[in-house]
Amino acid sequence: MKRRTFLRNSASAAALPVLLNGLPVTAFGRSPLLDALDAAPCEDRVLVLVQLNGGNDGLNTLIPLDQYAEYTSARSNIAIEEAKVLKLTNEAGLHPQMTGLSQMYHNGLVRVVQAVGYPTPNYSHFRSTDIWLSASDSEEVISTGWMGRYLEHAYPGFPAGYPNASMPDPLAIQVGSVISPGLEGTTANMGMAFTDPNSYFNISNQNTPVGVGRRAGTELRYIRDVGQQIERFATPVRNAAARAKNKSTLYPAVRTNLVADQLKIVAQLIAGGLKTRIYIVNHSGFDTHSYQTQGGPGNPIPHGTLLEQLSIAINAFQDDLTLLGVDDRVVGMTFSEFGRRIKSNSSGGTDHGAAAPVFLFGSNVKNGVLGNNPTIPQSVTTEDNVPMQFDFRSVYATLLRDWFCVDPSTVNTLLNRDFGKLDLIEGASTTSVVDQLADSGSALFIAPNPATSFVSVGFSAPQGRVSIGLFDATGRQIATAGEIMHDGTASSMRLDVSALPSGNYYVRLQHIAGATVRPLIIQR
Amino acid sequence: MAIPVYAGPWGRAQAAHLVRRTMFGATPADISNAIGKGLSGSVDALMGAIPPPPEPIAYLKTGAVAEGQPWTESTYESGAENVRLAFLQTWWIDLMLNQNFSIREKMSLFWSNHFSTGSQQVKDARYMYRQNTVLRDLALGNVKDLVREITFDPAMLRYLSGNTNTKKSPNENYGRELQELFSIGKGVEVAPGDYTYYTEDDVKAAARVLTGWSDVQSSISAKFTAGNHDVGTKTFSARYGGRTIVGRNTETGARQEIDELITMIFDQAETARAIVRKLYRWFVDYVITAETERDVIEPLASTLTSNNFEIRPVLQELLMSAHFFDNERVGCAIKTPADLVIGTVRLFHVPDIYPDDNKLMHWAYRTIRRTMGTMQMDLLTPPNVAGWPAYHQAPTYHEMWVNSDTLQKRVKFTNDLMKDGLQLDEAYEKSYADVFVIKDWLRDPHDPAKLVDDLIDILFPVAILPEQRQSLIDIVLEGQPSTAWTTAWAQWEGAPDDEALRTVVESRLRNLLKFMLAMAEYQVC
Repeated sequence: MKRRTFLRNSASAAALPVLLNGLPVTAFGRSPLLDALDAAPCEDRVLVLVQLNGGNDGLNTLIPLDQYAEYTSARSNIAIEEAKVLKLTNEAGLHPQMTGLSQMYHNGLVRVVQAVGYPTPNYSHFRSTDIWLSASDSEEVISTGWMGRYLEHAYPGFPAGYPNASMPDPLAIQVGSVISPGLEGTTANMGMAFTDPNSYFNISNQNTPVGVGRRAGTELRYIRDVGQQIERFATPVRNAAARAKNKSTLYPAVRTNLVADQLKIVAQLIAGGLKTRIYIVNHSGFDTHSYQTQGGPGNPIPHGTLLEQLSIAINAFQDDLTLLGVDDRVVGMTFSEFGRRIKSNSSGGTDHGAAAPVFLFGSNVKNGVLGNNPTIPQSVTTEDNVPMQFDFRSVYATLLRDWFCVDPSTVNTLLNRDFGKLDLIEGASTTSVVDQLADSGSALFIAPNPATSFVSVGFSAPQGRVSIGLFDATGRQIATAGEIMHDGTASSMRLDVSALPSGNYYVRLQHIAGATVRPLIIQR
Repeated sequence: MAIPVYAGPWGRAQAAHLVRRTMFGATPADISNAIGKGLSGSVDALMGAIPPPPEPIAYLKTGAVAEGQPWTESTYESGAENVRLAFLQTWWIDLMLNQNFSIREKMSLFWSNHFSTGSQQVKDARYMYRQNTVLRDLALGNVKDLVREITFDPAMLRYLSGNTNTKKSPNENYGRELQELFSIGKGVEVAPGDYTYYTEDDVKAAARVLTGWSDVQSSISAKFTAGNHDVGTKTFSARYGGRTIVGRNTETGARQEIDELITMIFDQAETARAIVRKLYRWFVDYVITAETERDVIEPLASTLTSNNFEIRPVLQELLMSAHFFDNERVGCAIKTPADLVIGTVRLFHVPDIYPDDNKLMHWAYRTIRRTMGTMQMDLLTPPNVAGWPAYHQAPTYHEMWVNSDTLQKRVKFTNDLMKDGLQLDEAYEKSYADVFVIKDWLRDPHDPAKLVDDLIDILFPVAILPEQRQSLIDIVLEGQPSTAWTTAWAQWEGAPDDEALRTVVESRLRNLLKFMLAMAEYQVC
């Protein structure tokens, strides 16, 4: 038996009413000795997910400066003024209100992953959220969440035997009232929901409304009190909250920026010593079908304000983690169920789209932008979408492998197949092949372009598995050339596109270190 | 002087209150039924005569009894005993789950708790069935008759040692509980051995009256043995006015003695009060204030006495009273495990619970019953002769149902049913509530606010705060605009067989219901 397994098993027994030398085993609780024995690599690492609910408009978050003319013509009523864009690279820059995140980028604390999505985009908020959280294929329904599957693997048997000495704390915390489906395991949800660590059961721990009888009020209070008592994890969480106080002065006033309020709690809990591995916070309001820039009926908060709140929140959070001395333990990531259409609509908004950038942040992320700007077609239709450049599951796979140190074959099992990994985490073993390819622009050639019946696709990529996919303008994968083993030398393949209607398409090359997407026009 | 009749509005809230307190849970169909019938019509219907249930069967072959056959009149088989008891419990679960618009099952459970009898001590499920039949038949009958029946009940003769109570070695067990628990009730011990309403000497005297009876297993009946009966004169204390009961040496005479004993006890005004208080704690609230004592208990006790101890007029008066429908009485009762478990299963169709197979049904119902058992309310196996502490343990009473252990089990049960899957038996895959039954309850499921409001109305007896309501809406929306739900529901309605579209709606409904059923508001009725 491996030492760690042994420790975990003996710790599980501690939850049973067993006495050792007359003392309950649980009294050993967290001892420095046990903690030291238990400090396996990566076990103190934390992942913080910031979910942007509603579908964040990626093109107005990360503006493609290299195609500014196409960008403004595709969305003249909502385009961001070029001079105001906060440049990250010569090609791409952030929305002008994201000054905090921009600063963090220039301080080496942000990794941008371009056009993250999945083949065959689904435009339903809920369904696409489920796809992201379960890490399923677009056509596949999986009832467990990707984080739930990971935690189930890392903490076998949960919740039986937990909390215990080696994991005295919740495995995952959702700041909010309902636990994310992403934390759903095969037998139990692996997370706990906390609105506020000081008042768990918050939603059901309210005062009694006017009109409810005094006697009913008494019994409701009684039941809620018992509910609080039985929250086995509430105590460690409250204690953690009590042990650490936030240090950053960058947090905005309470209740003025809800995502900042949530991240503030997360920083406090991490610094307070919780061993919790995953935190999820939410930032809502990104469904900007209309009045995107100024706010209005149906969309009260302008997109820029949402981004500003996000940027302020992440910046304050990172500042806090640094001041609290725990920044080394934390990687954060933003994601949204989908991006939005390339072309804006006549209501000054954008409709449900496909791929969008993902931001990773923290002192351990590799700085820079991974991937190319999406290609904005010259003449854009309302159906045009940003196709996937990176599968979101490649991001998950990377986090599991390089941040949580899960071995590659387990990662493949957890995600149902091999999605490779990307260059996201500092000190991880990959080199940034994709960056080089993107910079040189030499990874993927398509000729002729425009094409009529056949195209040659030339590519160079690192040695290993390679696949080439063809996407239509809506971001839907319509053909794949399948996977081939690639020897690392420049190669080419021929695609028959004679059956496809005229229009804009994308060719996507995926290789072991990333992916590259190039536009293809079919014209007859 | 009858207590004032409720004369306020009759709507969903009042109808639901009546149903929740007289049945196990309230389905929307029950509530509509009650709304339609009006208060008086509903109370009449709830107390209406319904045919006795078919007798229990062997859900699987046991000993000499084939599957599907009745066993309550076949011979005792020690090897089959545990299984038979389980059959009987399953049979009762079946009656509760499939109850008509009737108070009968809740009233039978009341008497089963009142005349608490432990099947483990009786050791013959046929006895328990016989007793249960008496309790169910007389559920709305005459309490004095019921006490008489129970005094000769073979199960009770075994449970409280009546069958070893002889002239030579009297056993006070039943004579004590008859007074302490089943009728007049123990008052404050004002002097050594004096419990205000009766004394230790009365216990001894009653025991002497009760000598000579034992149970006969072959016929499951009571038998009188003249030689074991104390034929001396029994003199009771001043608490009973110094009444005497003359000893007789025949079976008829001994029965007459017991009649006199019961009559003497029921002649005391306190007996009617004690029984009414117990009914009040079962149907209304465990807190009995001085005003309630004066305005409700006392008048109902008069009703009980003046109707020669018939239960029906008392319940009728109570359930139609302004006091019962007063806002102060709504939502103040903590649900019993039966209210919670049976009520939830009745509310949400769980297809696996109703298989067309005796064995599978037994296993499913057994799990339901055991689940109630883990919440401290198993059927026919009371913790002791006093019954469930929720009805006698001052000052906490109903709160005894909810503690740090049982609340987890209550929440786990509803979580399992809604989300995680309920393991009915090893023979089953996990079972889930069919959450789409709520479609029939809703005015407009496309609108997340109306969806939540309708569910609040059906699931909770009390209002919740706007913040709580908003949080419930947020659970449905998950940060999305309200139109996302509207669209999702419409898309699924347009393609009901599309698994992905259904899952989108279903998973959010499951989240919402799981959360609502775990709220304190669902734990009360």
